[in-house]
Amino acid sequence: MTDPTLPLFAGIGAVLMVASLIGAILARRAGDTPSPAIENLNARIKAWWVMVAAIGIAFLAGKAGVILLFAFASFAALREFLTLTDTRRADHLALSLMIFVVLPVQYYLIWIEWYGLYSIFVPVWVFLLLPIVVAVRGDVRDFMERVAEMQWGLMICVFCLSHVPALLTLDIPGYDGRELLLIAFLVIVVQISDVLQYVWGKLFGRRKVAPSLSPSKTWEGLVGGVASAVAIGTALWWITPFSPLEAAFMALVITLMGFFGGLVMSAIKRDRGVKDWGRMIEGHGGMLDRLDSVVFAAPIFFHLVRYGS
Amino acid sequence: MTRRLAAAAATVAVTAFARVVTGVRPNWVGALPDPAPRVYFANHASHGDFVLIWTVLPPAIRRRTRPVAGADYWLKDRLRRFLGIDVFDAVLIERDRAARAADPIGRMTDALDAGSSLILFPEGTRNMTEAPLLPFKSGLYHLAAARPEVDLVPVYIENLNRVMPKGALVPVPLLCTVTFGAPMRLRAGEPKPAFLARAEASLLALAPRGAPRTASPSTPAETR
Repeated sequence: MTDPTLPLFAGIGAVLMVASLIGAILARRAGDTPSPAIENLNARIKAWWVMVAAIGIAFLAGKAGVILLFAFASFAALREFLTLTDTRRADHLALSLMIFVVLPVQYYLIWIEWYGLYSIFVPVWVFLLLPIVVAVRGDVRDFMERVAEMQWGLMICVFCLSHVPALLTLDIPGYDGRELLLIAFLVIVVQISDVLQYVWGKLFGRRKVAPSLSPSKTWEGLVGGVASAVAIGTALWWITPFSPLEAAFMALVITLMGFFGGLVMSAIKRDRGVKDWGRMIEGHGGMLDRLDSVVFAAPIFFHLVRYGS
Repeated sequence: MTRRLAAAAATVAVTAFARVVTGVRPNWVGALPDPAPRVYFANHASHGDFVLIWTVLPPAIRRRTRPVAGADYWLKDRLRRFLGIDVFDAVLIERDRAARAADPIGRMTDALDAGSSLILFPEGTRNMTEAPLLPFKSGLYHLAAARPEVDLVPVYIENLNRVMPKGALVPVPLLCTVTFGAPMRLRAGEPKPAFLARAEASLLALAPRGAPRTASPSTPAETR
């Protein structure tokens, strides 16, 4: 069978081309006074081109490229997360170790494909060692909150996110050398689900799912977005090791985890009184605004695939 | 000539380094960039504070914006002299009242009259306490009284004290923001304490998450 990577990226390029065209037409029709919504839409589409190009280049570079790309994404996400936490001066060493030691070690363990360690490194080793590093400094004020927030940052931004490149380490019979496509499947389904929930919500959204968490999430958007994302995921079964039915189930799990991941991350933002995690990606907000759903979907997808292989 | 080239190269290096480590972004909420002489007054918790302000200013404005700094610190050795004088073009003032020859306010008004803007830290020293701001020294008032027609722009620097707390060897690359508030001036007949209180309040109002969370256990969730 021929490698489906090229037609896949050509398809994504075509979709983005159509999106850019629609954005340009909307902007033209609006004339000199484009609404913020249209400007935001066009900024988002432009950022999508950049993100797809980054993933494309990483795919060309293979395993090393993908690991480096997600290590960088983890770094960007972690600094956004930590920026919103209430650490104190005594936490400086722990913070340095998180960024300069824990993060690189986690991705190195994935590079050498040591499942037995990368799957417990953060939840066991770092979980126990980090509070020790903080405690020996002797500053007990808000100790539990500080340590818990640091642990959460590592779990979300490093551990969970690293399960995307970890898909490359899975040994799936009859799927050798095509593990990159598993990443493509996950990322496409999660992201298209986000986009379609947004589109369905904008078009038909009436009833809010969780008004106190996220004013933009509606039942209409959720149902329409998940249903159409599952349809697209099913239609992509040919790039996966799954049957069409399995692909549909995986897509459903991925989109639901992604949706609830977005809710959880919204709750954190609400608590901290911010609208976005950062300003790194024009139109989208920060790295975590784009990756919140991936973070929640990746480890579950990883383990479901692993049980089945 | 080589010194000027070295200074230009150092400018690029310093601002690039500041951007990489802190991802610093400007937030022009109350004022827009303006080449007219201004006084930017900011909170001071780290040696890197004015570098951050300097980094987010548009290059044309950055070239004519000079930090006000202690001569004792910036004249100590050759490297600091190069950075302080050639790169940052600091307005150096002598902090020791008894020993000083020139009047610091005079130095600052000279620079403003020559068309430069100033970066000033009215707390007078780095804030090492838990409080978001130390009480302002009177320098800002005297400067405003000497040049009442110059805009005073409050600038709040967030997070740099966490990136590089005192005594730390490695910076932690957290994200920093520099927020520019609405310009203010000395009102006619406004007494010094009232003016300084107003300046402190206008700066504190820019702190993105208000007072430290430890003071109030939960921040109310805002709704859009």
